[in-house]
Amino acid sequence: MISVKNVRKAFDEKIVLNGFDLEIPRGESLVIMGRSGCGKSVLLKIIAGLLSVDAGEVWIDGTEITQLKRKPLNQIRRKIGMLFQSAALFDSMSVAENIAFMLDQHTDLTEQEMRKVVDEKLNLVDLDGVQDLRPAQLSGGMRKRVGLARALAFNPEIILYDEPTTGLDPVTCTEINELIRDLNQQLQVTSVVVTHDMHSAFSVGTLMVMLHEGKQIAYGKPEDLINEENPILQQFILFGAPDQILNIDNPTLKEFTGRQTE
Amino acid sequence: MSNPPSDPAPSNEFATIIKKRLYHSLSETGDAFRLLAETIFQIFRPPLQFNLLMKQLLLIGFNSLSVVLVSGFFTGMVLGIQGYVQLKPYAVEGSVAKFVSVSVVKELGPMITAFVLSGRIGASITAELSTMKVTEQIDALEVMGTNPVKHLVVPRFLACSIMLPTLTIFSTFAGIFGGYVAVVSLFGFNGDFYILQVQKYLYVGSVLISLIKATSFGMAIAAIGCYKGFSISTAGGAEGVGTATTGSAVISLVTILVLDFVLNHILFNILGLV
Ligand SMILES: Nc1ncnc2c1ncn2[C@@H]1O[C@H](COP(=O)(O)OP(=O)(O)OP(=O)(O)O)[C@@H](O)[C@H]1O
Ligand SMILES: [Mg+2]
Repeated sequence: MISVKNVRKAFDEKIVLNGFDLEIPRGESLVIMGRSGCGKSVLLKIIAGLLSVDAGEVWIDGTEITQLKRKPLNQIRRKIGMLFQSAALFDSMSVAENIAFMLDQHTDLTEQEMRKVVDEKLNLVDLDGVQDLRPAQLSGGMRKRVGLARALAFNPEIILYDEPTTGLDPVTCTEINELIRDLNQQLQVTSVVVTHDMHSAFSVGTLMVMLHEGKQIAYGKPEDLINEENPILQQFILFGAPDQILNIDNPTLKEFTGRQTE
Repeated sequence: MSNPPSDPAPSNEFATIIKKRLYHSLSETGDAFRLLAETIFQIFRPPLQFNLLMKQLLLIGFNSLSVVLVSGFFTGMVLGIQGYVQLKPYAVEGSVAKFVSVSVVKELGPMITAFVLSGRIGASITAELSTMKVTEQIDALEVMGTNPVKHLVVPRFLACSIMLPTLTIFSTFAGIFGGYVAVVSLFGFNGDFYILQVQKYLYVGSVLISLIKATSFGMAIAAIGCYKGFSISTAGGAEGVGTATTGSAVISLVTILVLDFVLNHILFNILGLV
């Protein structure tokens, strides 16, 4: 469904992606891991066609998008919902207008029908009574959730989440994780989730990829990855993984945890 | 010590910097015209979003009307005083009304309005769009399948092109009135004669010149404001927004002056308007 082939992306001299490959089959929920500044947000923007690539291909549903003109690209983008790391809400609009933006732009729904969708999506992200506020009046976590509601408003087939749970309290965090999982399992949405939160990663991910120095250094199912003896990967998982995962018999992991059995 | 005195490196370096700068500003100008071309193309592609246009029209009108009126009025006063004092020794101070009205209609009305709007509207367009750029709101528009040029630039461009001539009419009247107040109250000039003269020398051609100039200035202000807003790098941050905003106002001012000269040449010398 989504495939990224040998993508290279540099900003001036700084190489961010250096021959990166990734396959995301339909209906999977892929978690992207990697150190801060390694290019995860850049990768999401490349998948959404927001950044050009220096080399390589990006395929979505059988169409190569890196060379597409705006019109066909926009056709594909209607299937995509994206939650930005900064939420990227429109300052000049109310929360309701933000969420209803795509409906307003691309459909003939009435005010009332849009209002209904807005209420429903806000309910999904556990917010209510903020419809008429401006983004500037919201807290960081609330903005994030409005951003998520906006990404869901057009019932996308593909959702790109850039750190959906960063800055949320543990309870809301768990709810958002459940929401991502439900969308994936019940509606067969293909999700791409960038997260630093290992609880979140293991709770939503059906596939995981690790990005390091512009390349893919690990890719697979969560249960396979935790057994992989890659120090960079294990170090990453270790610092935030739930305890039950750390109890798995993996020598590299144990070396880091210092939990040698002998 | 390490550099022998005859080393040509510094001047070469200077030439390279100049070349780079020149290349940079040329490619920027090219990009700005590309944005302008796309804007004009998008204006004629339905649907035109009237609510967005209305919002910009009101914003520009409300924000600028009072400043434009005051600036026009005082410019007219100054012109009245200067004109009267300069014409008096030749005993032709009777022409002061003609002097004021012709200068205000053809030159100062559009110019003052454009100056006020480039500082207020041009700069605020750049500030708004560049903030949207660095906070990824432009990316968000794109990803939701909305063309940022159509959604953001077209309404601002149209609103400026419409409001500049509209406000110019106001500033022109304010200017003529300012001249009236000045010469009548300070020099005891005959008010009825002033009005008669203004009516006599207000040609259709002059009004046309005024409106053509004003519309062109409006297009330039919006195009530069939007271009400077869009061309900021996402990595620019708040500092980038500040630089882009002042840059926008300065470039607009210079462009208006140059454009005024070019338009004068075309309208007077080539088309022969009066
Ligand atoms: N528009 C841009 N212009 C220049 N450099 C950029 C731009 N966007 C990103 N970069 C650079 O690309 C690199 C990757 O950035 P990116 O935002 O993808 O990191 P990230 O993996 O999402 O980090 P984090 O986890 O902190 O969000 C960074 O070094 C950043 O400086
Ligand atoms: Mg990021």
